[in-house]
Amino acid sequence: MTSSIESIETVEHDVIVVGAGGAGLRAAIEVSAQGLSVGLVCKSLLGKAHTVMAEGGVAAALANVDPEDGWQTHFRDTMNGGKKLNNWRMAQLHAQEAPDRVKELERWGAVFDRTKDGKILQRAFGGHKWKRLCHVGDRTGLEMIRTLQDRGVHQGIKVYMECTITKLLKDGDKIAGALGYYREDGRLILFKTKAVVLASGGVGKIYSITSNSWEYTADGQSLAYEAGAELIDMEFVQFHPTGMVWPPGVRGLLVTEGVRGEGGLLTNNKGERFMFKYLPESTRHEFAADEKEAKEWIDAAIAGQKTTARRPPELSTRDNVARAIYTEVKEGRGSPHGGVFLDISYQDSDRVRKKLPSMYHQFKELADVDITAGPMEVGPTCHYIMGGIKVDADTAQSKVPGLFAAGEVAGGMHGANRLGGNSLSDLVVFGRRAGLGASEYAKGLSAMPKFKDSDVQAAIDELDAPLNRTEGPNPYDLHKKMNEIMSAHVGIFREASEMKTGVEKVRELKKEIAKVRVGGGKKYNPGWHLCRDLKNLIVAAEAVAISALSREESRGAHSRLDFPNLEDEKWGHVNTTLSKDGDNMKLEHKQLPEMPDDLKKLFENK
Amino acid sequence: MTEAQTETKPGQRPSHPDITQRKDAWWGEPATIATVFISFIIYATYRVFENNYFESGNFLSPFYSPKLVFDWWKFSPAILILWIPAGFRTTCYYYRKAYYRSFFMTPPACAVDPYGKDGYTGETKFPFVFQNLHRYFFYLAALVLIFLWYDAVVSLFKPEGGMQLSVLSIVMFANCFFLSGYTFGCHAYRHLCGGSLDCFSSCTKAKTRFKVWEFVTKLNEHHMGWAWFSLFSVALTDLYIRQVCTGAASPIVLFQF
Amino acid sequence: MSEHKAKEATLKVYRGDGKEGKFETYKVPMEAGMVVLDAIHYIQANYAPELAVRWNCKAAKCGSCSAEVNGHPSLMCKTRMDHFEDGEEIVVQPIKTFPLIKDLVTDVSWNYRVNEKIKPFTPDESDTKEWVIYQEDIERVQEFRKCIECFLCQNVCHVLRDHEKKDGNEQFMGPRFLVRAAGLEMHPKDTADRLEYLKEEGHIGYCNITKCCTEVCPEEIHITDNAIIPLKERVVDEYYDPLGKMIKGIFGGGKKK
Repeated sequence: MTSSIESIETVEHDVIVVGAGGAGLRAAIEVSAQGLSVGLVCKSLLGKAHTVMAEGGVAAALANVDPEDGWQTHFRDTMNGGKKLNNWRMAQLHAQEAPDRVKELERWGAVFDRTKDGKILQRAFGGHKWKRLCHVGDRTGLEMIRTLQDRGVHQGIKVYMECTITKLLKDGDKIAGALGYYREDGRLILFKTKAVVLASGGVGKIYSITSNSWEYTADGQSLAYEAGAELIDMEFVQFHPTGMVWPPGVRGLLVTEGVRGEGGLLTNNKGERFMFKYLPESTRHEFAADEKEAKEWIDAAIAGQKTTARRPPELSTRDNVARAIYTEVKEGRGSPHGGVFLDISYQDSDRVRKKLPSMYHQFKELADVDITAGPMEVGPTCHYIMGGIKVDADTAQSKVPGLFAAGEVAGGMHGANRLGGNSLSDLVVFGRRAGLGASEYAKGLSAMPKFKDSDVQAAIDELDAPLNRTEGPNPYDLHKKMNEIMSAHVGIFREASEMKTGVEKVRELKKEIAKVRVGGGKKYNPGWHLCRDLKNLIVAAEAVAISALSREESRGAHSRLDFPNLEDEKWGHVNTTLSKDGDNMKLEHKQLPEMPDDLKKLFENK
Repeated sequence: MTEAQTETKPGQRPSHPDITQRKDAWWGEPATIATVFISFIIYATYRVFENNYFESGNFLSPFYSPKLVFDWWKFSPAILILWIPAGFRTTCYYYRKAYYRSFFMTPPACAVDPYGKDGYTGETKFPFVFQNLHRYFFYLAALVLIFLWYDAVVSLFKPEGGMQLSVLSIVMFANCFFLSGYTFGCHAYRHLCGGSLDCFSSCTKAKTRFKVWEFVTKLNEHHMGWAWFSLFSVALTDLYIRQVCTGAASPIVLFQF
Repeated sequence: MSEHKAKEATLKVYRGDGKEGKFETYKVPMEAGMVVLDAIHYIQANYAPELAVRWNCKAAKCGSCSAEVNGHPSLMCKTRMDHFEDGEEIVVQPIKTFPLIKDLVTDVSWNYRVNEKIKPFTPDESDTKEWVIYQEDIERVQEFRKCIECFLCQNVCHVLRDHEKKDGNEQFMGPRFLVRAAGLEMHPKDTADRLEYLKEEGHIGYCNITKCCTEVCPEEIHITDNAIIPLKERVVDEYYDPLGKMIKGIFGGGKKK
C-alpha cells in the first residue's frame, strides 16, 4: 500500500493556503494580488467551508446607524468581551481595519442590507455598544464566502478541492512543503512551497453538542503544533448560548445571535426574563434596567430610530448568556427539551421572516416550530475556540518561519471570549494580513526550501497505517468516546477533579487512537478520513483539557466552579502556552504583551 | 443490531434503466393539463368555425371581438382576431412550461426522462426560437383587451336605448378582469415596464417604473393562476353568449332603467 | 427504554463506483425529528464506515448533501424521515447528472469550470465615493445570492441531465449559473455586459422554462421567474426585438444605467 515518493503528484507554489473559508480565501486573494503563485487547499468543495454557517453579521465600526461608533469603541468592546486577555495589537488592528475590509467586500460584489439612506445597514449584537454588525439577513457568512470565492477564482488562484493536508514539511526550522491526500481516491499530493498559511478553522468536533461541522477537527492547530509552533489560550472554548436543543438530530445547531439582536426575548418556564438577574456588575450600567426600557430600545431599533433607552439584557456577552441558560436549566426552570425559550413571535411575522429567513426555515423544517407564532427552545452549544496558534499580530506569522495562521485557527485576537460578529471581521482582516505576511516572507527567500524524503515517507506510513491494521478500534466509536469525555469533564462549568479525570481519559484515548483500524480502500472512505481527523482532534482535546486545568480562575468562556472569580492579579496577564516537547505537551504561562498608554487611556473614563 | 442485508440488484447507475425512480403520481399533472388543453382547443376551434351565435344585441363574444367584417373575407371573422390571443398564450412563459411538459414531454415531470434525448435544441432553433416574440403578442393582446373592456361597457346599454345590468355583463366584466390580470402580469411586460432596469432608485429617476414593476411582479407571482382563470373565463363567457344567442339561456337582467 | 421497540426505517442505499454498483438495504432505528442524512450517518457508524457521502453543515446552509431520495432531488439534511409512510422503503441514490465517484458522492467539478467563464463583478473603477444603494435596488440580487450551490437545479435540469449539453459549443450553463449571471447583470453597480455570453456560449436558449430547477431549489429561489426569464427578456432586447432597439436608438436609453 505504500507509494514511492517519486510517483507522487508534486506541485510548487510560492504560498500554500490550507482552508478555504473566509480567512483562507482572503489570504489567497492577497497572495495572488502580490503577484505570487498560490495554492488553496480545502477539505470540502470550494464554498462549503464553515464560514457559510455564520449568520448574524460582520462587525465593523462604520458608524452608519450609530454615528457615535468608532474603532476605539470597537477595540474597547472587543477587549472587554475578551476580559483583556486579548493580544491588544490584534484587537487594535482588527477594529481599525474591519471597516475597510467590509467596504472592500462591497466593492467585490457583496450585497449587504441597506439603511434607509442607502448605506450598509448595521444591527446590534451581544457585547457591542453600538449597532455594528453589517449583515445580509441571517446569511452573512454565505454572502462573504461567495464574494471571496468568485473574486478568487477570477484571480487565478489554483484550488485543490477535497484535499486534506496531513503533514507540514520543513527544511531545518523553516517551512518547505506539505503532504496531502485527495479524499476522492486517497491519492497523495506533495506541495513544495516557501510559506504555508493555515486557515483551517476550529476544534468543535471534540464536543458532542456543537454547532460545528465535521470539518472542524483541529487540523491546523495540530499541524502547527507538530511543526513546532505554540498554541495559546486553548482553555477558552466558546459555548454559544443559543443552539437548537430539539429534535435530537439537530441538537447543537446554531440559532443566530441575530434573533436577540432583532429583539428576541429569553424566558424560563416560569415566563421570567431571567437575563436581568445575570448581568455582571461591571457592565450592568450599559443595559436596560427593566422590561419597559428594554422594550423602548427594541421598538426604536425596529423603527430605525435613535433612543436613549439602553440595550436589552439578552444582548450580554455570549459566555454570560450561556452560563445563565445553563444555570436556569440546571435549577429546574428549563423548557421541556432541556433548554430555555427564545421568543421573537411577538413581532410582526413578515418582519421576522425577512430579517431571519434561514432561522424561520430551519425551525419550520427541522423542528416543526413556526418562530413567528411561538418561541424556540435553545441551549448552549460548542461554537468557537478563542485559543489557537500563537502568531505575530502584524504579520500573522507563528514561531515557525514560513508558517502563518489566520481566522479561528489563530489565537490571541479574542482573548477569553469572542464577541459575535468579530469572527467574520477577524477572517478578512487577518486573512489579508496573513496573505501579505506570507507573500513578504516568500519574496524574501532566495530559493525554494527542500524537505527530506524520509519525512514524507514517515507521514505516508502514518496515513496508511489504519488501513493496514488487521485489528483495532472503530474510528466512529473512538470519536464518540472523545465527545463524551470532553462534554462530561471539560464542559461549560469546570472543576479540578473532573478535569483531572478528563485529562487521564484523554491520554488513554490517545493510545487507542494510535491503534485505530478501518476497512475498505482509499476511494472516498469517510472512515479512513476520520482516522486522520482523530489524530488532530486528540491534540486539541488534550490541549483544551490541560490548559483548562491549569487556569485557576474564571474568566470569559472559562468557568471554574472551584475558582468562581476573576483573578486579575495572578491570571490577568498570562496566556496558557503549549508546545511540543518530544511526546509530551509542554505547558507554560507566558506574559501577555503590554498595552501602550494611549490605548490604556481608552479604558479609564468608562 | 440488525445486520446489514445485502441485496443483489444489478447496477442502476449510471444507466438508470427506469425512466424515473419517483414513486409518486408524477404523470397526474401533465395528464390533467393535456386533457384540459385539448378540450379547450376543440371547443375554441369549433366555435371559430361555427361562425354563428356570437352576437346578441349588445353582447359580443370575446372570440369575435373586435368584430372585423370585410367584404373580401368570406370566412369566420374570429380567424382574423383569434391568432392574437392564441399567439400570446402560445408564447407565454407559463403555457410554454405547461405544454412542453404535457405535450412534448421535455420532460413530462421533474427527474423523469424526457421523450427523445437526442437533437434537443430548446428554444434556439425554428420553430421555438419564435417564442422570443412574446412581447409583440403582448402589445397586440393588450390592444385586443381594450376592445373587450369596451364590449363589456357596451353590454350595459340596451340596443333600444336605456341601460341594464345583467348577469351576463357581470360575467363579461369578470372575464376582462381575469384577462387583464393575466395580460399585465406577463413576464415580457414585467421586463418592459421596469425589469430591464438595473437600478430602481439610486441611479436614475426610475421610481415610477419601479412602482409599476412592483405591482406587475405581484401579478406575475400568480401568473399560472391568472392564465387558467382567464382561459376558463373566456370560454365560459363565450359559451354563455352562445347560449343566449341560441335562446337556450337569458342574460338574466337584474335591473334596468 | 426497551419497553416498546423503537420504530425502524428501511433504507435502500446505492453502493458502487460508477462502473458497477447495487442497492444495499439497511435497517435504521427511528428517532424523533430524524432526517435522511442522520440515517446515512447511522449506517456509516454501525454498518459501513466506508460508505461515501458528502456533507458539511447538516443545516441546509452549505448544499453538500444533495442526493435523490425516492427519485426526488433533495438535500438529505432537510428530508425528514417522518415524511415517509410507515414501513416505506426509502431509496437513496447519488444525483444523476454528474459522474459518480463512489456511493452517494459525485464529481461536480464541471460546475466550477462553468462558473469561471462568467464575467466577474465589474464596478466602475472611477467611482470611488462611498456607494449609495437603496434596499429596493438590491432586493432582486439578494434573492439570487441565497444560492448555496447544492447543484440540485443543475442535476434536475433535463438539458444537462438527459440531453447532456455539457461540452463544447453546445454547453448549457445551467440554472445555477443563470442565477449567478442574473445576480451580476441586475447589480446596480455592475457595468459588464454578459448578454452575448448568455446567448452564444451559455446557451440560455436551451432552457425551455419547464421550471424543475425552481421546484427543487432548497433555498426557494424563484430561479425561472426571477432569474432566467428576465435574462431571456434581456437577450430578446438585444437580439430579437428590432423594433424596440430602433425605438431605443431614437429616444436613447442604453442597456446600462
